[in-house]
Amino acid sequence: MADTQTIEIEVLRYNPEKDHEPHFETFKVPFTHDTSVLQGLQYIKDHLDGSLTFRWSCRMAICGSCGKMVNGKPELSCHTFLRDYYPGKVRIEPLNHFPVVRDLVIDQSDFFDKKLPSIKPYVVPKEEKPVSAGTYMQTPAQFQQYYKYSQCINCLLCYAACPQYGLKPEFTGPAALALLHRYNADSRDRGWEERAEVLNAEEGVWGCTLVGYCSEVCPKQVDPARAINQNKVNSTMDYFGVRKLLMPKGGD
Amino acid sequence: MARVKTFIRPMEGWWRKNPFFVRYMIREGSSVFLAIYAVILLVGLLRLTQGEAAYDAWRVAVASPLSLLFHWLALLTVGYHAYTWWKVSPKTAPDIFIAGRPIPELVISGGGWLATIGASILIYIIVRWM
Repeated sequence: MADTQTIEIEVLRYNPEKDHEPHFETFKVPFTHDTSVLQGLQYIKDHLDGSLTFRWSCRMAICGSCGKMVNGKPELSCHTFLRDYYPGKVRIEPLNHFPVVRDLVIDQSDFFDKKLPSIKPYVVPKEEKPVSAGTYMQTPAQFQQYYKYSQCINCLLCYAACPQYGLKPEFTGPAALALLHRYNADSRDRGWEERAEVLNAEEGVWGCTLVGYCSEVCPKQVDPARAINQNKVNSTMDYFGVRKLLMPKGGD
Repeated sequence: MARVKTFIRPMEGWWRKNPFFVRYMIREGSSVFLAIYAVILLVGLLRLTQGEAAYDAWRVAVASPLSLLFHWLALLTVGYHAYTWWKVSPKTAPDIFIAGRPIPELVISGGGWLATIGASILIYIIVRWM
């Protein structure tokens, strides 16, 4: 193709069976106007080095698998284009703050096995209704209260953007706390008390120092910083025992 | 999940690697100047309770070139702190919708900036002329 150009992609390589620490390897990759960073990596794997390891799935910014550090910034690699870095180099690393398993693959188990289940990411109703009792009703205004926070795709870019998580891995972190708020803010949910221990903890909302970079990098505009920091007020009210009086749902 | 050998990357120098974090550190660091300024002001209050001579001595001390330099520096950093304080303030606000639309973050921040500027002008007028 006439409009094909070549860009240098520096990729972090780490083979746990051979390497003591990661190193960078540079590849020359042809690209056109619509080549994503992910496609650049796929070119390397298909044509230059089949051992390059990275996660990806949908190619359209909804599965949340292909997050990488692209020139130091957490990005979905399918959502980022090589043209924007040319004529410079592109440096691709695994998402920051997570252990590197191999090349660009991180160990996500801290989030999926610990942090996410800890916030009970499902509607906890006041009482269980049989299916025959029909659906739970919700007004558009009630829906709006949590809609933004329900858009999280668990891509973990916000964890890679959060220095507090990097410094203190016990911090529950942006996505899990945003999802905690997503369920607490849902009119059908009465799980506040069950999630309170996680929310009120030092490792909960108080572990956040409002760096704010999580909301900056979120590809779905979830705004975890806002979910977390508005709950510092709720957590304080809970501490003084006045939350039940002031919460919109009566706090039950 | 089966445990495999992983590599954990060090956090050393993390804030120098991204301009966003550099600004964050300046934001947090600027509060140190605010704290020192508050202590100087409280000392002044203490000296005032100790009589005229003590208060005059404090006034001479704060008028020294070194003290003036600090106060200009403090004004600058506290100004930046006030700017960033309101800039992040929407993140602490509950989600309020007016006619189905969220209140834009700029309205919250802008309101804060205008209030800060207004209050500063008012205090300056009171201190200078009243």
